Amino acid sequence: MSQAAWRNISIGVSGFIVLGLGALVIANPGKIFFSWTFFFEVLIGGLLAGTLYSLVALGFVLIFKASGVFNFAQGAMTLFAALSLVRLIEITNSILLSMALTVVIMMALAYVIERLVLRPLVNQDVIIMFMATIGMTFLIDGFGQLVWGSDVYPLNLGIPQDPFEVQGVLLNQFDLVAGAVAALLVAVLAVFFQKTRIGRALRAVADDNQAALSVGIPLRHIWFIVWTVSGLVALVAGIMWGTKSGVQFSLALIALKALPVLILGGLTSIPGAIIGGLIVGAGEKLAEVFIGPLFGGAIENWFAYVLALLFLLFRPQGLFGEKIIERV
Amino acid sequence: MTQAAPLLSIQNIEVIYDHVILVLKGVSLDVPAGGIVAILGANGAGKSTTLKSISNLLQSERGDVTKGDIRFRGERINGLSPSELVVKGVIQVMEGRHCFPHLTVEENLLAGAYTRTDGAAAIATDIELVYRYFPRLKERRESLTGYISGGEQQMCAIGRALMARPKLILLDEPSMGLAPQLVEEIFEIVKRLNREEGVSFLLAEQNTTMALKYATYGYILENGRVVMDGDAATLRENEDVKEFYLGLSAGGRKSYRDTKHYRRRKRWLA
Repeated sequence: MSQAAWRNISIGVSGFIVLGLGALVIANPGKIFFSWTFFFEVLIGGLLAGTLYSLVALGFVLIFKASGVFNFAQGAMTLFAALSLVRLIEITNSILLSMALTVVIMMALAYVIERLVLRPLVNQDVIIMFMATIGMTFLIDGFGQLVWGSDVYPLNLGIPQDPFEVQGVLLNQFDLVAGAVAALLVAVLAVFFQKTRIGRALRAVADDNQAALSVGIPLRHIWFIVWTVSGLVALVAGIMWGTKSGVQFSLALIALKALPVLILGGLTSIPGAIIGGLIVGAGEKLAEVFIGPLFGGAIENWFAYVLALLFLLFRPQGLFGEKIIERV
Repeated sequence: MTQAAPLLSIQNIEVIYDHVILVLKGVSLDVPAGGIVAILGANGAGKSTTLKSISNLLQSERGDVTKGDIRFRGERINGLSPSELVVKGVIQVMEGRHCFPHLTVEENLLAGAYTRTDGAAAIATDIELVYRYFPRLKERRESLTGYISGGEQQMCAIGRALMARPKLILLDEPSMGLAPQLVEEIFEIVKRLNREEGVSFLLAEQNTTMALKYATYGYILENGRVVMDGDAATLRENEDVKEFYLGLSAGGRKSYRDTKHYRRRKRWLA
């Protein structure tokens, strides 16, 4: 079938969904409680929760940009980083020292991955690399729990968690901190990618690794650097999620929540990961509160995937993904 | 060749892909300092493989130099990584341009200077130098190279290689997919770079006419072996080269049947 036909069908289907939702809302007055203050409270809570998704998605984007590999193990790396940090704090009793050690551990992990997985698989199909990262997921999950234990560990770095009120809207201090951290991280990464020599080389490798090799950019260093950076992003994400809900195995599964974020924002865009995270975070909270009752609730868990599906139909490269350059 | 010490000297190399496919069966060639040397031959003759075995881009394609010596300024360079070779002054411009499509022209040039350690000022000077040779690149400096024309991409790829301050550029099929006029323009610039900047070139070309017009020396490859070599002028006048590669023949027009017959009778290979 032609592309145009698909397009029409998908427009039809989504129109149908929107109309259906509208009808449901009109047919069920009184089931949904609505006030603007409440709306903003939900919206802001959702946006800030979304920054946590963004943090996870960011790790994916970094590796995908630089090596064209979709790193399924990002969630496992997040768990591993958080676990290492928590247990090291228990052992050393010093947050700063533990942070430093965890950074070293993530660098070592990046080195091992480059040496044992990426290097032997150089120039293989992306699907093979993807399969390799699935294998790594299990390995890192298992190794992490073997070394550090598999209980739920509370993580407290002294980030304030108290709620407070602005203009009648209830906010959580922790969410604000998470937002600020995400913003800072993005700013730093943006400067790194756009302005520095290494950042430029990373983008060059992402574009065409053969050509990068030919001008003398050593792929091995670049891969080590990019896996280290995304290991550090995983650490930040792990800290945030761990503080919010304790360091536990389910942390590895948030990687799945990052998938719709990536589809929305585009696999290759750092701002896309952030905005995708915000949209997913806000969208899922708003949907849960204001549309959820019509379906009997609990739509928060799948709403993001429906959103992602719609994006795949209309804008497969995501909001900010690199345009697929085609010259005619 | 009569020069004392060639810049690049390949002795009897053999290349095997995937441990089984023998692609080069004992190729030897020399590039004198300051020369433009052409490797000619049909598709699959081993031209690109020869260049890639020098720049060691072969490694990432599962190819291996299993025999022979590659020497650059007298030093054996077999098995060095591409980035080590770029630092030494050997750089390849790949077939099909291979610019970084989502980087601007200027960022492409800067990426080409990745291995340099002599500071931003020197690099900026060299960007201006590249723009002097390729004024069109200056006009397009802010454009993504994915969107510029094929000729401009080829210029960008050559300019990017220049940014590494190479002594020898391995130029793979620069004429590919370009209009004849543009090919001529690019070869003119190659010649100027050779004369004014002292960069030597080893180029692989299917466009034999153009290559022999600009090169000083040529090697003809067939099935992974050098079957003939000589000064460009000598090769241009050689009857076999005329017949097979330049599409000319002494006896005026011939029918294809005669040509085939002739080819069957006389091969360079035993």
